[in-house]
Amino acid sequence: MGKLNTNSNGYIIAYASGLVLIVAFLLAGVYQALKPLSDANVEIDKKSQILKSLNIRDIDDNDAIVAKFAEVVEADQIIDIKANVLKEGKEQVNDGFRVDKISENEMPLYICKVNGETKYVIPMKGKGLWGPIWGYVSVNADKKNVYGAYFNHEGETAGLGAIISEYENFQKQFAGKNLCKDGKYLSVVKYGTVKDPDVQCDGISGATKTCDGVSAMIADGLQMYSAFLNK
Amino acid sequence: MSGLFSKENKEAFINPLNLNNPIAVQVLGICSALAVTAQLEPALVMGLSVTIITAFSSLVISLIRNTIPSRIRIIVQLVVVAALVTIVSMVLKAYLYHVSVQLSVYVGLIITNCILMGRLEAFAMSHSPWPSFLDGVGNGIGYALVLIVVGAIRELFGAGTLLGYKVIPQCVYEAGYKDCGMMVMPSMALILIGCVIWAQRSLNKESK
Repeated sequence: MGKLNTNSNGYIIAYASGLVLIVAFLLAGVYQALKPLSDANVEIDKKSQILKSLNIRDIDDNDAIVAKFAEVVEADQIIDIKANVLKEGKEQVNDGFRVDKISENEMPLYICKVNGETKYVIPMKGKGLWGPIWGYVSVNADKKNVYGAYFNHEGETAGLGAIISEYENFQKQFAGKNLCKDGKYLSVVKYGTVKDPDVQCDGISGATKTCDGVSAMIADGLQMYSAFLNK
Repeated sequence: MSGLFSKENKEAFINPLNLNNPIAVQVLGICSALAVTAQLEPALVMGLSVTIITAFSSLVISLIRNTIPSRIRIIVQLVVVAALVTIVSMVLKAYLYHVSVQLSVYVGLIITNCILMGRLEAFAMSHSPWPSFLDGVGNGIGYALVLIVVGAIRELFGAGTLLGYKVIPQCVYEAGYKDCGMMVMPSMALILIGCVIWAQRSLNKESK
């Protein structure tokens, strides 16, 4: 290489601009090229999470997840805070399924049939210690008891807060709990201090803030869907 | 070219495993080592991803090292690392979705891992591509080794499991043994890394 002055202002500006342009086009290109594939993965993942909240957890194969979802979920409705049904969602993956933000005027609800019994799946969103957490809670037809629950997170601490996404160590205990008892919502308390097992779950040592986030998320979610749950 | 595996190249690869270990000797990348070692599995995943990224960012930086203006070299290094990590995470999201979900926490940690910048600045900027690649692989594995040791100890004594499987038998618990809750706390990672550094350095002193 000849004598190129790599420290002149002109070179530095040109180099930086060139580098940024190359990287920008590269990233945008890769993103666009891979978008259909990753979108499909996200959709299947959402289906699998809803199935997990219904205690259907042992399916790993993508096609089997899609088939099982079509079999179990009868409709994805959109309701509002007064429990009026805004959209029926008989197609299963159009109305409520496409809703990512839950708001008072747009609350997704999944109506499912497991072993001949009707279950309702309520999606929830909340805040953990580091970032968003979310979950799906399935409710029995009487709308009083939890049938199953699934939680996940974006960036909780590995090995501590991240345990909320594990079935054996955390999610298992939600099945059978009351949604609400004597005016208190289902909650997660410090590990080993459960006083009322009907409506309290054990937390995770070292992940107090994440568990508080789960409690707050459940309370918020149940509050929002209370018109539907009391109907 | 004095052969792909000349003495210098071998040293570039082997030194970071022990004598010049990024965590124990260079004391780089401590923050992520504290964050992901509560269990063995995240420690393994993190070790593997850092190895891949150090190797390829060293290679890229070494290839373009003569064109990089020295006054903005840190920015250039960071851009290359961030672009690589982002591409890897997008590819994983499309083809290995489950791995990408697991990695989501670590992507940010990989970009900010000081081992990357440290090795790019100290080695790749002044060496040709192949030794730089080896140096990246070596440092990644050296980092992974310490993470695996700390992760295994913390999971074994903190939860009685390894990779999620029960290792300490039930009868031991019935005899009065209890998991050490302290092991799960981040402070214990710091103490354990201190012990690893202590053990590693005193062993090396003896062998000299």
